[in-house]
Amino acid sequence: MGSTVATERSKILLVDDDQDFLEVYWEVLKTLPSGPAIHTASTGARALALLESEPFDLLIVDLNMPKMDGLQVIAIARRKYPQLKIVVWTCIADEQFRARAYGMGVEQYWQKPGSDQERQHLLDSVESMLQRDVKGGFRGVQSKSLVDLIQLECLSQNSTTLKISNGPYSGKIWIQSGELIDAEAEDQKGESAFRKILGWKTGSFEMMSGDEERPRAIFSSYQALLLEIAQEMDEGAAAHGDGLRMSLDAPSPLMGLTRFNGVQFVLSVGPEPRCEMKSWGLETPDHVSEWAHQSLKAFASLGDKLQVGQLQQITGMSPVNHVALAECRKGELCVGFRSTLRSDEVRETMRNILAKWST
Amino acid sequence: MRFFKRRNTAKLPKLPSGAFALDRDGKVVVSTLPQSFPEAQMRDIGERVLAFFRGAQLAQMPQQELNVYYPSLKLTARSLRGGALIFLSPQTLPKN
Repeated sequence: MGSTVATERSKILLVDDDQDFLEVYWEVLKTLPSGPAIHTASTGARALALLESEPFDLLIVDLNMPKMDGLQVIAIARRKYPQLKIVVWTCIADEQFRARAYGMGVEQYWQKPGSDQERQHLLDSVESMLQRDVKGGFRGVQSKSLVDLIQLECLSQNSTTLKISNGPYSGKIWIQSGELIDAEAEDQKGESAFRKILGWKTGSFEMMSGDEERPRAIFSSYQALLLEIAQEMDEGAAAHGDGLRMSLDAPSPLMGLTRFNGVQFVLSVGPEPRCEMKSWGLETPDHVSEWAHQSLKAFASLGDKLQVGQLQQITGMSPVNHVALAECRKGELCVGFRSTLRSDEVRETMRNILAKWST
Repeated sequence: MRFFKRRNTAKLPKLPSGAFALDRDGKVVVSTLPQSFPEAQMRDIGERVLAFFRGAQLAQMPQQELNVYYPSLKLTARSLRGGALIFLSPQTLPKN
């Protein structure tokens, strides 16, 4: 088996220990409209060597392979090549592996197709992912709000899935032929999820291919919903105008975080190499900072070892006070809470704090 | 042409679900985890958990319970007279 090579074409690396599967899908993927160059590897080690030797746009990997399994390949590839798109194609239907793969940052998790229709969906999805790079469009539409984006997609009668990230939160909005059909954010679905996502002030978005099989869960028109939500937000802002101004006028962004329910102290350490430390409400910030740093480092590396995805948060509970630790691109954050808060309240409040801090 | 799925024979190891207890020296004293889960890995987890509780003590912020959240695993630990009782609970994605 060889490989088709050409300049400007997307490059796919297909990894599976089943030689027959590789041969069949090497042929099938070659027929994609964008005509990508397909390379194959029958072991994880070979795949990593190929990734090392040349850049790829998409890695398609099986999970169940001898010696080095797919999760190990994903863990290494994700760390070394953060821009590489990764898709899992596997026979494993187990939800635990799906969660682990998504936790490790794969774009999609597909079960190996069981019918012509499934195979076509899978190929459409791969093509759509490749087109995202080829067509590209304008990236980083900073001056446009989420409302603008949704209106644009709906007015263009597009079918698309908008994936939106806001700090530690993420959500999806499904648009089908210009109609808003569903949304999902954390544990909420439908209209409530849509409202939640619209409440996020900043973040990043990604447009994925539409999902024709997604059942409709939102039945109001997008114009009516957007108008309603905009009114609610205006009223909310007017009602909380004083509080918001106080928060913005706070002497430092760190003090703004102390307005969250139950917060007793806050400590932040900026990213390396400066590691600038700021704290509020702590008597011995140096000790706490060192302990928080070591703990975050220890459990982040444990996550890599166990292949369970990126560490989200650590919480400590005691009768005196609770504490939550987390890391984001702005550095490390350690927040102390009153001991009256429940474990789930500490976790949720910390997520809100992280979202605010990172924006 | 074999377009369609086949059965994989190799077995990908699953995340363990269960609990284990460590003494103050980090030795595993009892475990409900499957035997396939290596003891070295339990000790590795245990070391980090004990270091967390000890570090908290040194930072004058003693903690009795620890929760560590990953996308596909939740680790819960309780401090136990210098040792710890550790629970591992694999997580799945919310259903649509």
